[in-house]
Amino acid sequence: MKLYRMVAVLVLMAMVLPACGATNTASKVLNLYGWSDYIPQQLLDNFTAKYGIKVNYDTYSSNEEMLAKIQAGASGYDVVIPSDYTVTIMVNQGMLETLDMSKIPNFTNLDPRFINRDYDPGNKYTIPYQWGTTALIYDKTTVPFEPKSYADLWDPAFNSRLVLLDDEREVMGMSLTVLGYPRNATDPTQLQAAEQKLIELKPNILLFDSDAPENSIINGEAWAGLVYNGNASLAYASDPNVVYSCPTEGCTIWFDNLAIPKGAPHKDAAEQFLNYVLEADQSVLISQEFPYSNPNAAALDYMKTNDAEFYASYMAFPGTNPDDAFLANSTSIIDVGAATTLYDSLWTDFKAK
Amino acid sequence: MTTVPINKTVKKFSLVRALRENRVAQGLFLIFPANLYLFLLIVLPLLLVTGLSFLSRGDYGQVLFIFNPANYARLFNALYGKIMLFSLAVGLGTTLLCLLIGYPMAYYLAHAPSRTRSLLLFLILLPFWTNFIIRIYAWMMILRSGGFLDSILQWAHLTTAPLGLLYSPTAVMIGMVYEFLPFMVLPLYTSLEKIENSLLEAGADLGAPPWKAFLRITLPLSVPGMIAGTILTFIPAMGMFVVSDLLGGAKTILIGNVIRNQFLTARDWPFGSAASMILMLLTMVFTLYYTRKAGFGEELLV
Amino acid sequence: MSEKKPALWLRIYTFFAYLFIYVPILVLIIFSFNSQKLNLHWQGFTLKWYDVMFHDQQILLATRNTLMIAFVSTLVATIIGTMAALAMQRYHFPFYNTSETLMYIPIVIPEVVMGISLLVFFVLIKFTLGLVTITLSHIAFNIPFVALVVRARLHGYDNAIDEAAMDLGANELTTFWRVTLPTIMPGVLSGAMLALTLSLDDYIITYFTAGPGSTTLPLRVYSMVRFVVTPEINALSTLWVLIVFVILVIGQVAQSRKA
Repeated sequence: MKLYRMVAVLVLMAMVLPACGATNTASKVLNLYGWSDYIPQQLLDNFTAKYGIKVNYDTYSSNEEMLAKIQAGASGYDVVIPSDYTVTIMVNQGMLETLDMSKIPNFTNLDPRFINRDYDPGNKYTIPYQWGTTALIYDKTTVPFEPKSYADLWDPAFNSRLVLLDDEREVMGMSLTVLGYPRNATDPTQLQAAEQKLIELKPNILLFDSDAPENSIINGEAWAGLVYNGNASLAYASDPNVVYSCPTEGCTIWFDNLAIPKGAPHKDAAEQFLNYVLEADQSVLISQEFPYSNPNAAALDYMKTNDAEFYASYMAFPGTNPDDAFLANSTSIIDVGAATTLYDSLWTDFKAK
Repeated sequence: MTTVPINKTVKKFSLVRALRENRVAQGLFLIFPANLYLFLLIVLPLLLVTGLSFLSRGDYGQVLFIFNPANYARLFNALYGKIMLFSLAVGLGTTLLCLLIGYPMAYYLAHAPSRTRSLLLFLILLPFWTNFIIRIYAWMMILRSGGFLDSILQWAHLTTAPLGLLYSPTAVMIGMVYEFLPFMVLPLYTSLEKIENSLLEAGADLGAPPWKAFLRITLPLSVPGMIAGTILTFIPAMGMFVVSDLLGGAKTILIGNVIRNQFLTARDWPFGSAASMILMLLTMVFTLYYTRKAGFGEELLV
Repeated sequence: MSEKKPALWLRIYTFFAYLFIYVPILVLIIFSFNSQKLNLHWQGFTLKWYDVMFHDQQILLATRNTLMIAFVSTLVATIIGTMAALAMQRYHFPFYNTSETLMYIPIVIPEVVMGISLLVFFVLIKFTLGLVTITLSHIAFNIPFVALVVRARLHGYDNAIDEAAMDLGANELTTFWRVTLPTIMPGVLSGAMLALTLSLDDYIITYFTAGPGSTTLPLRVYSMVRFVVTPEINALSTLWVLIVFVILVIGQVAQSRKA
């Protein structure tokens, strides 16, 4: 026993002593708060090399967790990465700083289609970081027939072969659009009808998975489902028989944005960072590492001239580059305010059946 | 049952002496750090939660200082009752399985050669110093169609088709038992290890066969360990939802999901707080009643 | 006193039980060498994830933080928890029932609730979030686990031994140190190990009480699941397990040598 105690003490000392020497009072620091690996390490290193600002990269695994933490009063973060509906919530509660656009001249690099969206008119608070869609995925070789609409998924031929996102808004939204109702409906009658419709789908559902639904498609356990474009791109990279399409009812479009929480201790560094991310050659790094869509037009041009092959594959797959028809048939998920609790009760009820 | 020190020389008052001679003071002294710490870091925050449970939710999920007892009323409906019962069943099932599977292990450990005992104990816990997510992912790899288990069974010609274990209740139970086994084995071990062999030998001398000695001597004496193990397994298991979400395909909803959803997706903190208070109250009542009935701390009632 | 060796079936059973516990670990270790980033199927052997891990500053920082928090919180919680267990199993004192209820609260409270309430609490008293707040929170939930395990050990403790020691001239402190503690040591160690395990893997409470720059390993891994949990984490876990295993074996050999 004595040996164990000694070892424990030694290890403990070894852990603690280095920390005693380190100071974290450096003025040139940026506290980044986002999903893990959502920003390429190379980009962060380049930023540090250029401006001499050290980047602390803390992580969360969902918008809601970040929101809960900041709403409860946590502070000290300089940059967060909220999705569109989260931006609405944060703006409505005064949780974001307004951006000084004079510090972010690279803003002009962005594709005009992706700025000035309804969740942040005039881009007073946010810069779009990556965008994407949520739509239908299926494996050409395993499906009994090629589904063209969400309604097709209700076919008994898909028994225990569907993978859906574990997201109440996306799945309820799917059910609402199948019934012909708006994706962001708040009418209780419509919502209840949507829930009943979903209960009919239950036998077909193999699993809910918001983290890596592509795995079940790649493995062949699931044949079709509702996934994010990023998942679809990953699936496609492993299996070229994967198809990602916008169903007849319409699909969802989403935006992840960079924003500065109110009271950020290093606002200047944050704005410098936002501007730096928009540099064409830096933004390209994001697309090279992550399978989402890049709103930075200058970056895509840069990609075209410097890495034509990658550009071609990026443009070819609807997961990264949905065509105009795809986009025209897409809507955003909007925060539904007081109806949120109704959505949650119905979702709970649906899952408990 | 106070003891009188043999060398009682100086009669001046000293705190240490007062402590030594007064058993109540000793007890208070020992419990004080825990009480203080838990009061500051558990009770005070909990008072906040209690207050929160009576407030209202704003349109954007913020908390409004409007008194709202309806949060508690909302809980008393069939839906949440059903979820609660289901979670209870999962917790109970996990605990029972852990008890059945873990008891022989703990018994072996308690009787293993003393040199290897601590090593074996560490070895039970060692896997749990890897990351939880990675462990569950490993199980997914083992249980999925065409995965590890299927490959081995088919290679041994025991099955011909994939078992389809992943995303089923069986997979969830395997995962739950896996995660909670040490919480049952460790307390059982500490209880069993204490039982002196002389008692068993006496039983054997009196003519009892081994199984009878086990039933009449070992088992009753291991009850404290079983209680501790049950509490440490049942209560967390009832609230655990990550295993069900990953290995079960998130197809069911447990009370842990409900509470988590209230604080995250629904952003209805008052309702979530109310649900938590009720859950805590029920669990607390159960725990105190059960432990008292089974004799934990009974020597104090003598 | 002869130690009865456990029956053969028991040994075989325990062997298979350990196998059950270690099969996922073996899978985990094997897949740390997988060349496929998605880590779904075995694609090929590579050591590159170990290299990635050693150069990943974020992961190394997170690992260091996790270990520090775990050791400190385990140490403090074990001391406080053992004292509390002794109090509850051997003494009468006023507010006994309240103290006992207090001990059970951290076990029955849902983690999200504990996490958020602690966060709000720290914010209200203007205590900066960081490694300290995480450690304080870990101590809070570890105390009852230690106490419960030690109580199970203390149950039925024969005070006659203590009395005998004191009759022979030892004072309370010496009696505790030389007689009581060694006897309950298996319980104390079990409780400590349980606490360590809980702390190393804690996500929810740690998430809410962490501050900028005070990330831990579970926090980093959990947020990776939305994207890809690369074999890098397998590599880290493998290394960790191997290091502890080697320490244990060395300790075991040292102990056998002593005997």
